[in-house]
Amino acid sequence: MAIFNLNINGKSMQVDVDPATPVLWVLRDHLDLVGTKYGCGVAACGACTIHLDGNAVRSCVMPVSSVGGSKITTIEGLSENGDHPVQKAWLEHDVPQCGYCQAGQIMSASALLSNNPNPSEEDIDNAMNGNICRCGTYLRIKAAVKTAAQNL
Amino acid sequence: MATLDKKLDRRSFLKVSALAGGGMVLSFSWLAGCKPTEEEMIGLPKEWFELNSYIKIGENGAVTLYSPNPEFGSNVKTSMPMILAEELDTDWKNVFVEQADFFPQRFDRQFTGGSQGIRQGWTPLRTAGATARALLVAAAAQTWNVLASEITTAAGKLEHKASGKKAHYGEMASLAATLEVPEEVPLKEIKSFKIIGTSKRNVDGEKIVTGKPLFAIDHKVEGMKYAALVMPPAFGMRLKSFDKSSVTGMSGIMDVFPISLFKEDYARNFFDTTTFPEVVAIVGNSTWEVMQAKKNLNVEWEKAPESSFTLAGRGGGTSTATIPSGLENTLSHKARMAEYIQKPGNVVRRDGDPEGAFKKAAKVLERTYTAPFLAHNTMEPMNCFADVKGDKAVVYGPTQAPEFIMGTLVQALGIPRENIQINLARMGGGFGRRAYSHHMVEAALISQKIQAPVKLVYTREDDMSAGVYRPTYSATYRAALDENNNLLAFHVKAGGIPETPLHANRFPAGAIDNYLAEAWDIPSNITIGAFRAPRSNFIAGAEQSFLDELAEEMGKDPIEFRLELLKRAETNPVGENNDYDAKRYAGVLELVREKSNWNTPQANVSRGVSAYFCHNSYVAEVVDTVIKDNQPVVESVYAAVDCGIVINPDAARNMGEGAVVDGIGNAFFGELTFDNGAPSKRNFDKYRMIRIGEAPKKIEVHFVENNEDPTGLGEPLFPPVFAAVANSLYKATGKRYYEQPFAPQLEMQNLRM
Ligand code: FES
Ligand code: FES
Repeated sequence: MAIFNLNINGKSMQVDVDPATPVLWVLRDHLDLVGTKYGCGVAACGACTIHLDGNAVRSCVMPVSSVGGSKITTIEGLSENGDHPVQKAWLEHDVPQCGYCQAGQIMSASALLSNNPNPSEEDIDNAMNGNICRCGTYLRIKAAVKTAAQNL
Repeated sequence: MATLDKKLDRRSFLKVSALAGGGMVLSFSWLAGCKPTEEEMIGLPKEWFELNSYIKIGENGAVTLYSPNPEFGSNVKTSMPMILAEELDTDWKNVFVEQADFFPQRFDRQFTGGSQGIRQGWTPLRTAGATARALLVAAAAQTWNVLASEITTAAGKLEHKASGKKAHYGEMASLAATLEVPEEVPLKEIKSFKIIGTSKRNVDGEKIVTGKPLFAIDHKVEGMKYAALVMPPAFGMRLKSFDKSSVTGMSGIMDVFPISLFKEDYARNFFDTTTFPEVVAIVGNSTWEVMQAKKNLNVEWEKAPESSFTLAGRGGGTSTATIPSGLENTLSHKARMAEYIQKPGNVVRRDGDPEGAFKKAAKVLERTYTAPFLAHNTMEPMNCFADVKGDKAVVYGPTQAPEFIMGTLVQALGIPRENIQINLARMGGGFGRRAYSHHMVEAALISQKIQAPVKLVYTREDDMSAGVYRPTYSATYRAALDENNNLLAFHVKAGGIPETPLHANRFPAGAIDNYLAEAWDIPSNITIGAFRAPRSNFIAGAEQSFLDELAEEMGKDPIEFRLELLKRAETNPVGENNDYDAKRYAGVLELVREKSNWNTPQANVSRGVSAYFCHNSYVAEVVDTVIKDNQPVVESVYAAVDCGIVINPDAARNMGEGAVVDGIGNAFFGELTFDNGAPSKRNFDKYRMIRIGEAPKKIEVHFVENNEDPTGLGEPLFPPVFAAVANSLYKATGKRYYEQPFAPQLEMQNLRM
């Protein structure tokens, strides 16, 4: 066990956990930030996607000890009032079915748009390729990413 | 208005009561689960009045509607309340929707599966809405001293035109809640629907996009412990012993013990399919810690001998089910299926003289189709929260079928039914997998042992390797043709491990004079169960691929050929019990032909068509494939659907698009194989799922407009995809595809996806 000071969603938070604990479980079990989801634990599904200094990363394979002073953003901190352009576009296109993958999808999409505000079809496919949606909402995800890009 | 001449099902309408102080009925368990607090919403009333199980109205006119069925992504939580709101004649913007918990005394059929939610909820929900409306009208009539028949309603308001009196529902709710429930209520005419047939957004959309706790896996209470399971590594194996001391010293680990799901004398029900009835539970302080201990636990497994158990039948009788011993392999599965294809099966239907017709045939076309086991792979793995103390239990988990797991919980815990509360969580996908809810029993047994609240989570590896899979199937089709290529006879022989996919009375039965259907099955110890459109999800692909090849052999357009057969079935059906309406079937083919511009083919686009009827709905699909960089790519899909009245069109299209994507993914990639009883894929690094770049660019879902009562939608778009893809790939590559998944064969042809 060791103490870690983390910067999450603009707040500093402290946890006392095994240094090998992935950020995913620190968020979910220790900090009650359960918007970030567990899907595979091996960086193969994207459900656990968060931002680390603005880039999309898979929190399920990132030990808490590797975070250091980097800034973590989770779905809960993406916007104050749930009104990030990506969130709004998701609602406009009524993307979710079961909804389980969608936090990860939104985090991947918002990281893409912050680095590349005008993504091509191929850019979207590449950035979102790591996020599985078992319900098959891919067409709406793509449409929502395009709408969000226009409203950035 | 149409009057419902049927008596109300009184069971779901308990005595109406005026409720004071926020209106929560204490015997309800709404507060027990992790429900959104209503205080977060605007315009909350000071008092709620319950008009029936489904509907509460506040004094300010706010309406709370309870969605009875578990939500797994088919959006029933929006569409079922839409039906209530329609007949209540309220304004959708004043509606709050809540998930009802499992409460069979108050709600009909709280089951999500078989695409039956809307079909079977249609009349009860309309009736519940109309009854509440009638009570409000009666209250206004009494208050204003006018005739109820002179009162009109619209968007949550009552009006008596002659006297100019007006009120909103909230003003009449307290009186309405004390009135006698009418025996008969008028239902709206379809043409005056205002909410049904208009698109309403997912009522949980905002919570989903902001990451609010919605799923059982998100649930947490004070003092809750975490649990993981250690399960046998292969089908055909069972627990021999384990060494608790191998993990008890590990950080955060509290306890390790075996749990057993079934008592000796318990007669299991049909949904008690349980992969491993005896497993080892590890309990600790966090998910990560119990997952670490899982890897370190020293366990000895042994081969399980053949075993049997009592299975309760539907009519109260019992039978004995046997689980064979042995470690099964995909290679030996294939060899055994190949044997069965050669042997006669059990004749399930025979029309005319098929054997004689085959003898006379100038030409016989014979083809065999196969498909592998599939894992459901819901994105949220199996998990459950349970809090069992003394003789009381609260279980909050993802289940499609709470009713079926209740009896299992009762026997496993030894706690009476009335002391067990099942709360319904939003599910991160279902696809049939969560009709088998033994994860709930496991969590409850763990909680009972430690007498503390616990959350059990399967790792993805557990979820994928201890599944209740879609079986592996095979179907052999034969068609007899005369020298002029007229169809003389049709023969299907279909089987699988461990069940047959055959639906003997479905099309083309009824359309061909000489017809023979045979079934076979091979027992197995691999657990199988419902998977999006059970059996149809394979047999549709086989049948519709064969019909495509047959049409070609006969020199006919594939849509025309099907329409000719359907005409025959409509005008002069062969045999009895034909399980489809030939006219509606033809209707979707005609619609897809029009919408896809079938008769105006485009250069460089290869098209395949397929149609199927299941879950009371008709679907035809056209898949367009193009070759890009020497690879076939599914570019567009057109679907025509007849599911009667569509409640929520945009959400219905979303569901249809998802089913098409799911079908394409499974057609190309879906496969689970076994090696000495062990699934050879245990996570998404090996189990290939369709990704965003592999989804088509365009999917159009068109609905036949009619006034038929609504039928299934979650499943029927899935089965036809497989053949539409295969038939389109044939046009693109010149090769027929008989074996799912298709991607490995395309790769071998150097036509990589
Ligand atoms: S849970 Fe991290 S990628 Fe799947
Ligand atoms: S919405 Fe269900 S997995 Fe994506």
